Amino acid sequence: MSATETSPGRVIPDRLTGPAARVLRSWETLLVAVAVAIFTFNSFASPYFLDPWNLSDATFNFTEKAMIALAMALLVIAGEIDLSVGAIVALASTAMGYALQFGADTPLLVAIGLGVGLTCGAVNGLLVTRMGLPSIVVTIGTMSLFRGIAYIVLGDTAFNGYPESFAWFGQGYVAWVFSFELVLFAGLAALYAIVLHLTNFGRRLYAIGNNPTAAAFSGIRVERTRMALFLLTGLMSGIASICLTSRLGSTRPSIGTGMELEAITMVVLGGVAITGGSGSILGVVLAALIMGLVTFGLGLLNVPGIVMSIFVGGLLIAVIALPKLFLGGSRWRRSPSR
Amino acid sequence: MIATILKRRETMLALAILALIALVQTRFAGFARPGNLAAIFNDSAVLIILALGQMAVILTRCIDLSVAATLAFTGMVAALVNAAAPGLPIGAVLLIAVGLGTAMGAVNGLLVWRFALPPIVVTLGTMTMYRGAIFLLSGGEWVNSHQMSEAFKALPRSLVLDLPVLSWMAILVIALFVLMIGRTTLGRAFYAVGGNEHAAIYAGISVGGTRFVAFTLNGALAGLCGYLWVSRYAVAYTEVAQGFELDVIAACVIGGISIAGGIGTVGGAVLGALFLGVIKNALPVAGVSPFWQMAISGIAILLAVAFNARSEQRKGRIILKSAEQAHAAPAPATGASA
Repeated sequence: MSATETSPGRVIPDRLTGPAARVLRSWETLLVAVAVAIFTFNSFASPYFLDPWNLSDATFNFTEKAMIALAMALLVIAGEIDLSVGAIVALASTAMGYALQFGADTPLLVAIGLGVGLTCGAVNGLLVTRMGLPSIVVTIGTMSLFRGIAYIVLGDTAFNGYPESFAWFGQGYVAWVFSFELVLFAGLAALYAIVLHLTNFGRRLYAIGNNPTAAAFSGIRVERTRMALFLLTGLMSGIASICLTSRLGSTRPSIGTGMELEAITMVVLGGVAITGGSGSILGVVLAALIMGLVTFGLGLLNVPGIVMSIFVGGLLIAVIALPKLFLGGSRWRRSPSR
Repeated sequence: MIATILKRRETMLALAILALIALVQTRFAGFARPGNLAAIFNDSAVLIILALGQMAVILTRCIDLSVAATLAFTGMVAALVNAAAPGLPIGAVLLIAVGLGTAMGAVNGLLVWRFALPPIVVTLGTMTMYRGAIFLLSGGEWVNSHQMSEAFKALPRSLVLDLPVLSWMAILVIALFVLMIGRTTLGRAFYAVGGNEHAAIYAGISVGGTRFVAFTLNGALAGLCGYLWVSRYAVAYTEVAQGFELDVIAACVIGGISIAGGIGTVGGAVLGALFLGVIKNALPVAGVSPFWQMAISGIAILLAVAFNARSEQRKGRIILKSAEQAHAAPAPATGASA
C-alpha cells in the first residue's frame, strides 16, 4: 500500500509463472514421475511384473481403499477428517452377513451395504454439524462404536456363504483384464474430478476448507455441505465394503482394519493439504496408483506386508517433508497445527 | 464454593467412576474391595502414564498416534536385550527402553518442529514405520516368557508397601506431572502454545521447541511403558498394544482435555484413564462379553466429547468495560450464541 513495495530493487513480475512452468512444477507432475520411476524399477526388478494379469491383480491392492480416498479427499479439502471409514466397512460388512443369515439375496445385500454406510456417515455428520464437535474426536469415537457393534454381533465368529452372484462385485471382470472394481473406481474417480473441479459444489469445498467463517458469510451453507461430505464418505465406505466382502467372501469383525490410515495416506500423498483448502482428484488417483505399484512390486520381491508398511509410512513423511526442504516451504506455508 | 467444585469436570468424572463402582458392587459384592480397586488401578497404570504423556502433546495442539507402536518397539527391544544378555541388570534394560522411547519421540518432535509438518500425518507415518521395524527386528518371532530372566519379569509385580511397582510407577509419573504442569515454566508453556500460538511467540515461548519437548516426553513415557507392558504380560510380539493409542486418546478426551489444545488437567487425564479401566474390569465381572468393550468405550468417547464441547464454548473476551457496553447495545451481529 505504500512506497516500500515499489522501492527500487524489488521487481514485481506481471505474473508469477507461466502455465507450462506451473504444470511442470506441480505436485501431480512429481507424482507421475514417481509412478513412472517405480513402474520402470519394478519391471526390471521382477520378470513377472509386466504380465497384464499380474498387473490386473495388483489393482485389487488399492481400488477399495482408493474409493474411500476419493470421498476422504473432499472431506479433507473442506477441513474435516473421518477416521471411522475402516469401521464403517466392518459394520456394513457385518450387516450384510447378518442379513445373509435370513436369506437375503444379492440386491438386498447391496442395498444394506449402502444403507449402513450412509447411516454411519449420517451419524458422523450429525455429531459434527449439529453438535459442533471436532471431526477427529467424533470419528475416533464412532470408529470404536461401529467396529464395537461388529464385534458384539460377530464375536470371534465369521459370516460365510455369500451367494454366487454377489461374488461378482469383487471378483468379476467387465472386459479382458479390467475388473469390475477397477472400472467402478475409474468411473467414480472421473465423477469426483468433475464434481470437485467443475461444479459450484466443488469450489465451495475449497472455500470452506480455507476459511469456514468467510465461506458462511459469503452465503455457503457450510454445515449442510459438511453433512453431505460425511454422508458421501459413509456411502463410499459402504461401496468399498461391498467390494471387499464380495472379494474375500467372508466377514470377520476385523475386516478393513487400518483402511482409514491407508486412505488418508493416499489423500496426503496425493497433495491434499491436511489442513484443508487445496488438493486435486488427479493427485489422489496417482497416489493410489503409486501405493498399489509399490505394494505389488515389493510383494513380487517377497517382501512381507508389514515391512511394506515401513515404505508406506516413510513415503508419507518424505513426500510432505521433501518439498519443504527444497522449495523452502513457499507453497506449504500453513499453520503447523493439524 | 461447593457449586463450583461440583461443576468441575474432575468432580463429575470422579462421581461417575464412584457410581459405576457402586453399581457393580450392588450386584457383585467384593468389586469395591480395596484389594480389587488396587488391582484395577494397577491394570490402568500403563493407560494412566500414557494418557499423561499424550496430554502434554494434546495441550500443545498436537496429537501423537505413534505411542502404542513406540511402546511395542521399545518393549520388543527390551525383551530381545534381556533374552540375549540375561545377566544385564534391569536398571540398564529400563534405561535402554526409556532412552529408545525418548529418541523415537524426538523423531516425531523434530519432524513437527523443524519441518513444520502436521502432527497427525507425522505420527501416522511413524506409527506404521515403528510397527514395521518391530517385525524387521524380531523377524516376526515372539519373545516368550521362558526366554526372559526372572528379574525382568519380577519388577512390575514386586510389592512395595503392598502395592506393585507398576502402580508405584504410575503414582510417580502422576506426581511428576502435577509438579511439572503446575509449577514449572515448561508446564505453563504447554498451555500457552496450545491456547494461543501467536500470543505464546510474543511471550517469548518457542512454539516448535515446546512441541518437541512434549513429543520427546511422551516418547520417554511410552518407552517406560514398553518395558512395563512386556515384562508384565511376559510376552513380546509385533502386534503388542495394537490400537492402544486410541484408548489413550479416549482417556484424554474423557478426562476433558480439549483436542484443540490448551485445556486440560492432570487429574482429568488420570480420571479419564481410570474410568476406562473401571469399565474394562467391570464388564467381565458383570458377565458382559468382552466384545462389548469397544462399543462402550466408543460411546464413552462420544458422550465425553459432547460434554466437553458444551463446557468449552468460549465467550469472546472484551477487556474494556466501555467496549463491552458499546458492544451490548447494537444487535448481536457477530456472535452466533452467547
